[in-house]
Amino acid sequence: MEVKTAEQQYNTTSSRIHMIRAGAIAGFPIFLGYLPIAITYGVLASQAGLSIFELTMMSVLVFAGASQFMGAQMIMGGSALLEIVVATFVLNFRHFVMSLSFMNRLKPLALKPKLALSLGLTDETFTVSSLHPKEAKMPHGALFYGSLILVSYFSWVGGSFLGGVLGEIIPDRLSLSMGIALYAMFIGLLVPSVKKEWRIGVIAIISMLINYVFILNGVSEGWSVVFATVIASFFGIFLLREEGAA
Amino acid sequence: MILAIIIGMSLVTMVPRLIPAFIVNKIQFPDWMNRWLNAIPYAALGALIFPKIMDVIPGKPWIGLFGGAVAVIISLLGVNVIFAVLGAIGAVYLLNTYEIFHFF
Repeated sequence: MEVKTAEQQYNTTSSRIHMIRAGAIAGFPIFLGYLPIAITYGVLASQAGLSIFELTMMSVLVFAGASQFMGAQMIMGGSALLEIVVATFVLNFRHFVMSLSFMNRLKPLALKPKLALSLGLTDETFTVSSLHPKEAKMPHGALFYGSLILVSYFSWVGGSFLGGVLGEIIPDRLSLSMGIALYAMFIGLLVPSVKKEWRIGVIAIISMLINYVFILNGVSEGWSVVFATVIASFFGIFLLREEGAA
Repeated sequence: MILAIIIGMSLVTMVPRLIPAFIVNKIQFPDWMNRWLNAIPYAALGALIFPKIMDVIPGKPWIGLFGGAVAVIISLLGVNVIFAVLGAIGAVYLLNTYEIFHFF
């Protein structure tokens, strides 16, 4: 039978703290990136007629930026519940595929932490977690990803609330310009990976072009993103090496 | 009514995130499928950026594209994402305020 010495006990505790801290550090760029985007979402949602409580609850319960921008827009446009919910499902279905990939990496973890982590999956937490595949195999790996996600979550929820408050005082021209924030963040996530592996850029551009062709042919925005993502990522089978994108 | 919409949005977002946690241990992916899964986030980012970025300022697609170009250049410098975000907001604000692209 194994008995833990005081020193071993200390090492587990310190390695826990180490993983939490490392996760927070890895999540910090998302924290900084989310803040202006969440504030932008809050400003736009409050102008779409959502109360501060409603727009903050949307961030608490949905935690998916692009769909929240879309949802607020559709609520303002007077769309029906079913339409908004189906559009959200379609737009966020990419998380199913991302979650498959994320959970595949997290195989060493138990089901419970995996379930908790899956709920915190966004484009950004997924992308940044994918850049840190080693931690999944380390002891207390769940704490690393959990802390990365929580840092991002608090930034998103807090920023949304702040944006809702600011929404009443920010001039229209500035809030309109803030619409670029979401795209700038996507670009900021993509470019460093492309710098490392140019083939990733090829996949992204193929996806853009497919998406454009679908939209020009009248496919709805949500479906178009889903189709383009699935089709363009198939090119990855031929373009990427095994760990090429990891 | 808005709260019902939010709860609906939450459910349809959570379920697809959760399901892979149950099924992934029961299947072993072949190599090609891992490469496919690895490519997904980059393909998704591409599709999320373009062509929607051209709608940032309605009727002025060049402003969105220029803001995107500013974000690309700043990102190439290897600095934090927030500088790309703030730089792009600033560029779009200036272009939209001073109508620099009005001749397009």
